[in-house]
Amino acid sequence: MSALTLDAVEVAYGGRPAVTAFSDEIASGEWVGLIGPNGAGKSSLLRAIVGLVPSAGRIAVDEEALADLEPRRRAQLIAYVPQEPLIPDDMSVFEYVLLGRTPYVGYFGAESAHDRRVVASVIDRLRLGEFAQRFLGSLSGGERQRVVIARALAQEAPILLLDEPTSALDIGHQQQALELVTELREHSGLTVISAMHDLTLAGIYTDRLVMLDAGRIVAAGPATEVLTAERLGEVFHVCVTVDVDPDDGAVVVVPRRGFPVT
Amino acid sequence: MSTTASPVDTDVVGEAVTSDVMATVDEVVATERRREIRWLLIGAVFLVVATIVGASIGPAGPPAWRVPLAMLDHLPFISVDSGVSDSEWNIIWQIRMPRVVLGVLVGAMLSAAGAGYQGVFRNPLVDPYLLGAAAGAGLGATLMLTTGRDVTTDWPIDPVQLVAFAFALGTVAITYSVGASFGGRRSGATLVLAGVAVVSFATAVQTFILQRNLDVVREVFQWILGRLSGATWTDVATVTPYVAVSAMVLMLHRRHLDVFRVGDDEAATLGVSVRRTRLVIVIAATLGTAAVVSVSGLIGFVGLVVPHVVRLMAGASYRLVIPLSLLFGGGFLVLADVLGRQLMSPAETPIGVITAFIGAPFFIYLLRTRQVAG
Repeated sequence: MSALTLDAVEVAYGGRPAVTAFSDEIASGEWVGLIGPNGAGKSSLLRAIVGLVPSAGRIAVDEEALADLEPRRRAQLIAYVPQEPLIPDDMSVFEYVLLGRTPYVGYFGAESAHDRRVVASVIDRLRLGEFAQRFLGSLSGGERQRVVIARALAQEAPILLLDEPTSALDIGHQQQALELVTELREHSGLTVISAMHDLTLAGIYTDRLVMLDAGRIVAAGPATEVLTAERLGEVFHVCVTVDVDPDDGAVVVVPRRGFPVT
Repeated sequence: MSTTASPVDTDVVGEAVTSDVMATVDEVVATERRREIRWLLIGAVFLVVATIVGASIGPAGPPAWRVPLAMLDHLPFISVDSGVSDSEWNIIWQIRMPRVVLGVLVGAMLSAAGAGYQGVFRNPLVDPYLLGAAAGAGLGATLMLTTGRDVTTDWPIDPVQLVAFAFALGTVAITYSVGASFGGRRSGATLVLAGVAVVSFATAVQTFILQRNLDVVREVFQWILGRLSGATWTDVATVTPYVAVSAMVLMLHRRHLDVFRVGDDEAATLGVSVRRTRLVIVIAATLGTAAVVSVSGLIGFVGLVVPHVVRLMAGASYRLVIPLSLLFGGGFLVLADVLGRQLMSPAETPIGVITAFIGAPFFIYLLRTRQVAG
């Protein structure tokens, strides 16, 4: 019920193209991982979808072109977790998550009882109950990440964009954050698009990968097709071997010493 | 992939909420509401006490302790024998009260405007004069008190206030358009820099004019330094509409200011029209600031520090910061004015000196205790 259509999307900063002719159809409930080296255009694409940077081409949710929507309506459809969210130290977890209800609060309005119930539900689901009154400044990195995701979920948008959701986290918290997204997706049918650096995790958790290089799609499809040693060598200039686990088909990218063979 | 999941809207709120968490949230909300009411009461009491103190103390007039009684006596349906004669009451009502009320309006306005500016620019060092309201008013007043004097001597009304007001608004408008042309519409930072440039320019022009009119330097400085002395009910009536509109707009944007705390980008993804909302708040804050500056001159420190003191006492949410800045800012300026009158009586100490003199140490004290605690 909430498919995202991207048709020839272009993003440019002062004439320098960041994303070129990006077209894709992201099915409702699908999780797409955007991968690619630094500067490939992953963040720019996410920012274009959420309307933070101007873009050409067409971006639509279920045939509703986002360009025609009011900011509030757009925010009801798409939630966005930036790479480095600004976290006010002196705001409580509850207040922060409650800000996620902004798209539903009238210009001069206040949050309703329903808004608070949604926030309570999200806080509950993300096991943040004991933190509700704590200040954001007192939380650890992993806790903060959960709080930011909670804020995005409180938006009740069917589409969730995550920009490098795990880049600041250790391996354990990375896994917890991704498991959380999986769980939420199963629970609420969220459509998720995430930019990711860890190729192995991207392959394991997402349904489909889209690899960008210099703003263009260079490969798209399941991890087994996209993550090949040769392509990674070309795109990332990295020397890796790629193993496929015979039991569950997980694609494991293993860095090796040396220069890429291209 | 789960294709069986039901729509998000109906699913997020469901039996998933354990009664525990719902109870916790209800409790958080109730505690917060009680805390808000408590602080608003404290602020209101502070303001009332400051007003009574401001009206009670001064040279001439009845003994200070009789004044509150006389004030009670003048309330409807209340009759108290205060022992204050009609001529004494006249001193209180015609001389002290306008000054006290103007002090409340100016202090409240500068503090709330400062809080608003700090909020939209997410910059704790910002005060309501940032975009040039004070520099513009100062320049306008200087022009009127120097070259303009020859022209306006025969005029029935003294246009200094009006010109100062117009220059204050004009200067901020220039800052905004300069900042916007650098791309400041997207980021508040460029607007702040534009403010620095425009303020320096206006101040330079003003200094240049003063340099060539040394005979009025004293008058101009007295104007600029800020004062509540000689305030009349006319002054109060002049600023009240602007202050009322400005304060109301700021009050109505408290929630927006809280959204701004998470950054422009995230505010935008939450559906806030960042540019437009920032402009509305800046216009409101500037209108009120320009009005009070053109009547009372440049009273420093209040707009910068009162919002911070409020944050340190009652928390950083603008739900409380704006109304408490109004209440505490108004009360604080009245008390500072009382001190200014008494300190070197009968000479008056400029109120800007007093605000900095009490405000700064108190601010440092709060910062220290908070750091130890937090």
